Amino acid sequence: MTDLAPDTAELALELTGLCKNYERPAVDGLDLAVRAGEFYALLGPNGAGKTTTLRIVAGLLRPDAGAVRVFGVDALADPIAAKRLIAWVSDEPMIYDKLTPLEYLEFVSGLWGMDAARAEARALELIEWLGLAPHADERCQSFSKGMRQKVALAGALVHDPRLLILDEPLTGLDAGSARQVKDVLSARVRSGVTVIMTSHILEIAERMAERIGVIDKGRLIAEGSLEDLRRQAGKHGSSLEDIFLDLVAAESSAA
Amino acid sequence: MSRPGSLTWFAGHELRLFWRDWISLMTAGKRRREPLLAAVAAIFLVAIHGVAYLVLAPAAASGLGADKLTLVTVTGAVLLAFTMMLSQAMEAATRAFYTRGDLDLILSSPAPVRRLFMVRMVATGVSTTLLTGSLAGPFINVLVYLQGPHWLAAYGLLLALGAMATALALSVTVALFRGLGPARTRLVAQIVTAAVGAVFVIGVQLAAILSTGSISRLTFIRSEQVMALGPPSESGWWFLARAAMGDFAILLALLAVAFGGLALVVGVFSKGFGRDVVAASGVGERARERSAARRGFRPVSVAQALRRKEWALLRRDPWLISETLMQTLYLLPPGVLLWLKFGDDVGALIILVPVLVMASGQLAGGLAWLAVSGEDAPDLVVSAPVSSAQTIRAKIEAILTVIAILVAPLLLLFALAAPLLAGIAALGIAIATISAATIQIWFRAQVKRSLFRRRHASSRIATMAEAFSSILWAGTAALCAGGSWLAVGTLFFALLVLLGAWLVRPRRAYGAIGA
Repeated sequence: MTDLAPDTAELALELTGLCKNYERPAVDGLDLAVRAGEFYALLGPNGAGKTTTLRIVAGLLRPDAGAVRVFGVDALADPIAAKRLIAWVSDEPMIYDKLTPLEYLEFVSGLWGMDAARAEARALELIEWLGLAPHADERCQSFSKGMRQKVALAGALVHDPRLLILDEPLTGLDAGSARQVKDVLSARVRSGVTVIMTSHILEIAERMAERIGVIDKGRLIAEGSLEDLRRQAGKHGSSLEDIFLDLVAAESSAA
Repeated sequence: MSRPGSLTWFAGHELRLFWRDWISLMTAGKRRREPLLAAVAAIFLVAIHGVAYLVLAPAAASGLGADKLTLVTVTGAVLLAFTMMLSQAMEAATRAFYTRGDLDLILSSPAPVRRLFMVRMVATGVSTTLLTGSLAGPFINVLVYLQGPHWLAAYGLLLALGAMATALALSVTVALFRGLGPARTRLVAQIVTAAVGAVFVIGVQLAAILSTGSISRLTFIRSEQVMALGPPSESGWWFLARAAMGDFAILLALLAVAFGGLALVVGVFSKGFGRDVVAASGVGERARERSAARRGFRPVSVAQALRRKEWALLRRDPWLISETLMQTLYLLPPGVLLWLKFGDDVGALIILVPVLVMASGQLAGGLAWLAVSGEDAPDLVVSAPVSSAQTIRAKIEAILTVIAILVAPLLLLFALAAPLLAGIAALGIAIATISAATIQIWFRAQVKRSLFRRRHASSRIATMAEAFSSILWAGTAALCAGGSWLAVGTLFFALLVLLGAWLVRPRRAYGAIGA
C-alpha cells in the first residue's frame, strides 16, 4: 500500500467543511481528501452519513455548507464539468427494465457525449468482461439483482470516468458476481481510476483499499491505511472489523 | 374470529388490504388528509345528486313511463354501465394474473390458495359494481325521489350487471390466457379492456354522426330513426329497462342467471387460477430485441439520446399502449365527422376544435408524467454531465413528437377542409400540450414508471390543474373558432389555472430531475 500524504499528490476529491442537515446533521463539517488513482473505502455504521456524502459528490444532493472539488473542479459552481469526470453506482441499481444492456450503455454513452464507435467498442468489452454477453440483447426486466448491478457498473465504466463512486456495490451479489465486480474495480484502479466505495463488507475494504476513512455522525473519526488505523486504535495485528467496532464504540461513548 | 385459511379469513385479509390501498390512493398516503377526504366525498355526493336532479327533473316532469323513448334511454344507460363494468372487471382480472404483490408469500404457504382466488374473483365483482354504482347511484336515488320506490330495482339490476360483467370478464381473460399463453395475454387483454370500455360510447357516437350528422349521443339515442328501428314498447327486448324500472320477475331472473353464472365461473376457474398465476410469473412481454451490436451505436447528441430512450420506453410499455389507445379511440368519431363533412358543412366542424385540443392536453399530461416523473434511473440522469434544462427540454420534445404524430393526420385533413379552424386547433393543441407538460414539470416527483395508473394520487392539485387547463384551452379554442369574444374569458381562466398551479407548486429538491 502506498503511504503518500494527500497533499503531495493530485487530489481526485477534496471535501471541505461539508454539512448537510435533515432533521439532524447527516454530514457535520466533513473534511476529506482522496488522491488520484487511489482506492478509498469509506466505512461507518448505519446512518453515519456515508451515502449522503457520496450523493453530494455525485451531484445528487446539494450540501447546506462546504466545498466539493473534483480534480480541482468546483463541483458546486460547475456541476456539469465535475460530472464529466464522475460515475456513480448505488446499492440499488437504477436501470431501465425495458432496455437491453447494450441499449442502456448506448444511452449512457449518449448522455456523456461519447463518440459512438468508441462507446460501442467499450460497451462490448465491458459486456464481455462482466459476463453479460449472452444477455446483451435481452431486456433487463428479467435480470437478477447481480446482473442488474453489473449492468449499472458497466454503465458507470463505459464513459471512462476518472472518479468512480460506489455505494455498497456488492450488496446482494453472489460470490461469483462479487468477485467479478472486485476484479473490474481492481483493474480500473491499476489503470489510474480513483475509486471511492462504501461497504459493510469490511473484508473487501481490508483487502482492496489503500486508505480507509471511518465516518460516524457525519464526521471523519479515523483515516489512513489499515496499519495507520491499527496504530490509532492501539490494536496491532487486529482485523479491520475489530478496529472499526472499537473506533465506533469509542466515538459513541465520547458523545 | 374466522379460522386462518378459511374463505372468510381470506375475505377479511382482502378487505383490509383493499380499504387501506383505497385510502392510501385517495390521500396519497397522508393520513392527515383523511378528514379532508371524507369532506370531499360528501361534497362530491351532494354535487352529483344535484347534477342528477338537473338532468332528470325535466324528463320526470314530462313523465317517465313504459313509453318507447324512456325504454330506449334507460336501455342505453344500462348498456353503457355494463360496458364500463366489463372493462373494469377485465382490467382487474388481468391484474390478478400479473401483479405479484403478496402472491409469492401466499403461493409458497400451505394455505389453500384456491380459496384466495375465489375471494379475489368475487372481490373483482364487488369493486366493479361499487365503482359503477357510485356514479349510477345518485341518478337512481333521484329517480326514486322523483318517481317512486320502484326505481330501487335499478340497484338490483346493477348487482346483476356487476356479476354478469365479472363472470364474462373472468371467462374472457382465462380463455385468452390459456389460448394465447401468458406472454401475449397481457398486452391483448389490456387492448381488449380499453376497446370494451370505449366501444359503446364511441359506437353510439359514430352511429350519431352517420345518421344525424351530430356528435351528440343523446340526440341519436332519442332520434326518430332509433325510435323507428327499435321493437315496440311491449317487446321483451326491453327487459333490461323493465328490470331497472321495477319489474321484479325479470329482475329476479336476471339476478339468478348472473349470480349462477358467476358462481359457475368462480367454481370452475379458481382451481386452475393458481397454476396460471405461477405460469404468468416467469414471463416478460418480449425479452429479446434486435441486436444493438449488429446495427451499431448511432452517433447522437445528448438530447437525441434522451429522446430515443423515452420513445423506446414508450413503445415497450403495454400498459401505456392501452392507455394511449383508449385516448386515441376517442379521436375516431371526430375523424369520421371530419370525413363526412369534408368540403360540405364547414360550420359543423367547429366541434372538432375543442375535441382535438382536449384530447391532446390529456394525452400530453400522461406522457409528460411518464417522461418527467416516471424516470426509472433518476440518479443516472442527474449524475450525467447534462444540464437539468437540457434534460427536461429533450423529454418534452420526445412527448411533443408523439402527440404530433398522433394528431398530424387529422390536422392535415382538417386543414384541407377548413384551414382557419385547423390553424386554431393546431395552436390550441400546442398550447394545451405545453400547458399540461409544464404542470407536470412543476409537480414532478420521483416515482417508478410502473405506477403510471396511480399518477393522480401523487398530486391532486396537478391532476385538477391539468384537467382544468385542458378543458379551458379547449373552450378557448372552440370560442375562437366560433368567433366569440367570450374566448377572452376562458383564456383568462386558463392562464389563472396555470398561475395558480405555479404558485402552489412544490419546492424543488436539488437532485430531482431538472432541479
